[in-house]
Amino acid sequence: MPKLMVNSIEVEVEQGASVLQACEEAGFEIPRFCYHERLSIAGNCRMCLVDMERAPKPIASCAMPAADGMVISTQTDRVKKAREGVMEFLLVNHPLDCPICDQGGECDLQDQAMGYGHDGSRYKEAKRAVEEKQMGPLIKTIMTRCIHCTRCVRFATEVAGVPDLGAIGRGEQVEITTYLEKTIASELSANVIDLCPVGALTSKPYAFISRPWELNKTESIDVMDAQGSNIRIDARGNQVLRVMPRLNEDVNEEWISDKARFAIDGLKTQRLDKPYVRRDNGKLEAASWDEAFAAIAKKLKKVKPNNFGVIAGDQIDAETLFAMKLMMEKIGSPHMDCRQDGADIDGNARGSYLFNSTIAGIDEADAILIIGSNPRIEAPVMNARIRKQYLASGLPIAHIGQSVDLTYPAEYLGSNAAILTEIAENNHPFCNTLQSANNPMIIVGNGVYTRNDAKALLHYISEIIKTFDVVHKGWNGFNAVHNAASRVAGLDIGFLPGKSGKSARAMLADAADEKLAMIWLLGADEIDTSKLENTFVVYQGHHGDVGAHCADVILPGATYTEKNGLFLNFEGRVQEVRRAAFPPGDAKDDWSIIRAFSAVIGQPLPFDTHEACRQMLVSSFPHFAEIGQIRSSRWKKIGKSGKISDEPISAGLTEFYMTCPISRASQTMADSRTSRENNTKQIAAE
Amino acid sequence: MSIHDLVAEDQPENFSFSAENEDKIVKIIAKYPEGRQASAVMPLLDLAQRQHDNWIPMKAIELIAERLGMAKIRVLEVASFYTMYNLKPVGKYFLQLCGTTPCMLRGSDDVTRCIKDKLGISSGEMTSDGKFSLLEVECLGACVNAPIIQVNDDFYEDLDYDSTETLIGALSKDAPPPIGSVKMRSGSQAETGPTSLEKIAAKSQKKKSEKTAGTLAEQGRN
Repeated sequence: MPKLMVNSIEVEVEQGASVLQACEEAGFEIPRFCYHERLSIAGNCRMCLVDMERAPKPIASCAMPAADGMVISTQTDRVKKAREGVMEFLLVNHPLDCPICDQGGECDLQDQAMGYGHDGSRYKEAKRAVEEKQMGPLIKTIMTRCIHCTRCVRFATEVAGVPDLGAIGRGEQVEITTYLEKTIASELSANVIDLCPVGALTSKPYAFISRPWELNKTESIDVMDAQGSNIRIDARGNQVLRVMPRLNEDVNEEWISDKARFAIDGLKTQRLDKPYVRRDNGKLEAASWDEAFAAIAKKLKKVKPNNFGVIAGDQIDAETLFAMKLMMEKIGSPHMDCRQDGADIDGNARGSYLFNSTIAGIDEADAILIIGSNPRIEAPVMNARIRKQYLASGLPIAHIGQSVDLTYPAEYLGSNAAILTEIAENNHPFCNTLQSANNPMIIVGNGVYTRNDAKALLHYISEIIKTFDVVHKGWNGFNAVHNAASRVAGLDIGFLPGKSGKSARAMLADAADEKLAMIWLLGADEIDTSKLENTFVVYQGHHGDVGAHCADVILPGATYTEKNGLFLNFEGRVQEVRRAAFPPGDAKDDWSIIRAFSAVIGQPLPFDTHEACRQMLVSSFPHFAEIGQIRSSRWKKIGKSGKISDEPISAGLTEFYMTCPISRASQTMADSRTSRENNTKQIAAE
Repeated sequence: MSIHDLVAEDQPENFSFSAENEDKIVKIIAKYPEGRQASAVMPLLDLAQRQHDNWIPMKAIELIAERLGMAKIRVLEVASFYTMYNLKPVGKYFLQLCGTTPCMLRGSDDVTRCIKDKLGISSGEMTSDGKFSLLEVECLGACVNAPIIQVNDDFYEDLDYDSTETLIGALSKDAPPPIGSVKMRSGSQAETGPTSLEKIAAKSQKKKSEKTAGTLAEQGRN
């Protein structure tokens, strides 16, 4: 642990820390452009120059390892002059177009020019101009503004694992580009927008939309996948204009996926803003809330409770699920399910459906076996964490399912489910790896849970866990990856078929056979609605997606940006989404819709406010009060031995960009998908 | 300079290394430790350039990237960084004219003028018949014999307006004159002969001429 003096303050830093980090530790801000904590050190911007005793000239503090006995000063005249000089050089070729630059107001170059630069320029010659580059539908480039910090290049290569970006040419001719200007083939590509310290890479969908100081910032959680990335929603008036990542070391570090960032234009289109009721002529017509509720109540009166079911979708907050469960208990129907994809998850064994190692725990793993999941598209930020651990330790990773590029080398074991039995019987080459690992991780995706023989597969996975000591003191290596943001909360609350209740799959099958008279789809769109033709369908949700099309009554609800609510990510971490805008038109908070309807049928739920609803939820399930925390659970053997089908194991998702009503309504997501497909086609053509 | 300006517009459909070069590649890659094959990128680019009329097509960059397990952009970065890799076609005789201080003081401007007069090309241009192209480069490292033109791999030294004209004339007839000083001095020896260490110089001169004679005799036999 080297001890050094920074401006006469003694600091002790970790071995391997840089002088820059030591200065920060001592409380002195060091300006920088190219240095970023999560990327490798480039040392090319020279902004972080500081004085070191006995050094003939200022040193780049980001690239100098802190050593015992160093004497650093950051406030000398020479440092001041050096910073001014570097700033002046950086501005030589940087256009002074701040008034028309989208980075204006949140630009490192702007801020640091104010803080550390000269008051004027001595440069009278022509500035260089650089052609724009094509980087796809998400990233807008104004490459003349680029100062060649290479953060984007390092991000793409190191974090995203797609080395598409590079700096070509040399000297004054250096330009950042993708190879032949292709779209960056990454689900995390748009993070380069945040990394870019200037306005060279900015958000294309947000171009010329707003200035940062006009926005109301709401700290919230992303629900596009089940990782629960921490986000900040920026809204102006009632319009959500952009989503930015928020730092959370345990969940998403400081990255978010492109879907989390850019699906928000889907919040504006295809919205349900009025209740609708299907009239006798077979047409959906706008109605009042009273009419809509009356139509449902009338039907519900005719239908036996046993003939009525609820399927909850993937982006429903815990309070709404809880309210719905209470109402179903009052109605007396056991048919409810939060697993619209038909995942066969045992709600009683909490440890068997959580990502028990935790996302931060990936940093300690020394072997990973991924079964039936493509984390690259199901939880891209978590996948980047695996890659990070791969880069740090080179741990062995194996993959069962579809052969896909995970951005890190993973041994592909095949897609045959029988491989699991081979591993369980210690009869497979990968067993040696599992045997020698101290902290092995097994990541199980929806590709396993949604199979008909899921129980049998989970049985073998349990065997593997037992044989190779995957769960032991201080380490729980069983990890489930869900794709639905509301899945864990739903399972925790027990939004599952009650006694002799039907699962989502059974309900749909029964509906097709006309054995289910009425169904309430609580934001459930990922189902086969053709089976609901002869069923009375109530759709409660926010988008006119497949669920609404087959509905007899539509109750307009709120999206995740328009409500307060609790979500549990796949680790079981309780996090809170917060309202950044109000639902459009007559649409209401989902919990309040259920509360209101319960009164219509004469069974009012015992709360009148959202807070009271959450209070009640917390009193029934105390761990929902622990915001930001994970209530860990013991591992319990799961599954049941049985026959395994020959069907190859697939991933839970095969599509990244359009997976929910919001992202399906998003033009940006559609464009991204097309552009990625074109990339693939181009490569195939070659 | 965007990528489209940097590389040739007309790219060949395919590129593959010749059998002879494939053998060389195996030897080159073997020089680097396991897992460090990417270090072979520069010699491979050089091989590709030599095989392909002194310029590197994109297909060669992609092939090298695949061969060395690198991203294509990484190979392009290297190829575009070093000026000695040509990403666009060059003339059969690729003239690299040094214009750095010593050459300039010794009259490289006359050489430039001669090329402009005789061939009508300036730096970065190629004659319409594709025979010559000119690039002004930085110091070629033979300042004692300034000014210098590098023609493909060979140096022609001690040039002036007239000798450049002779050189161009000979090259147009595809009869390259002997390489080195056009004033026929040995290495960087003084033009008037050695002024010191005369005995040693004479000895080495004798050795050298014997050697040259031998080589020439050999060539004659072939």
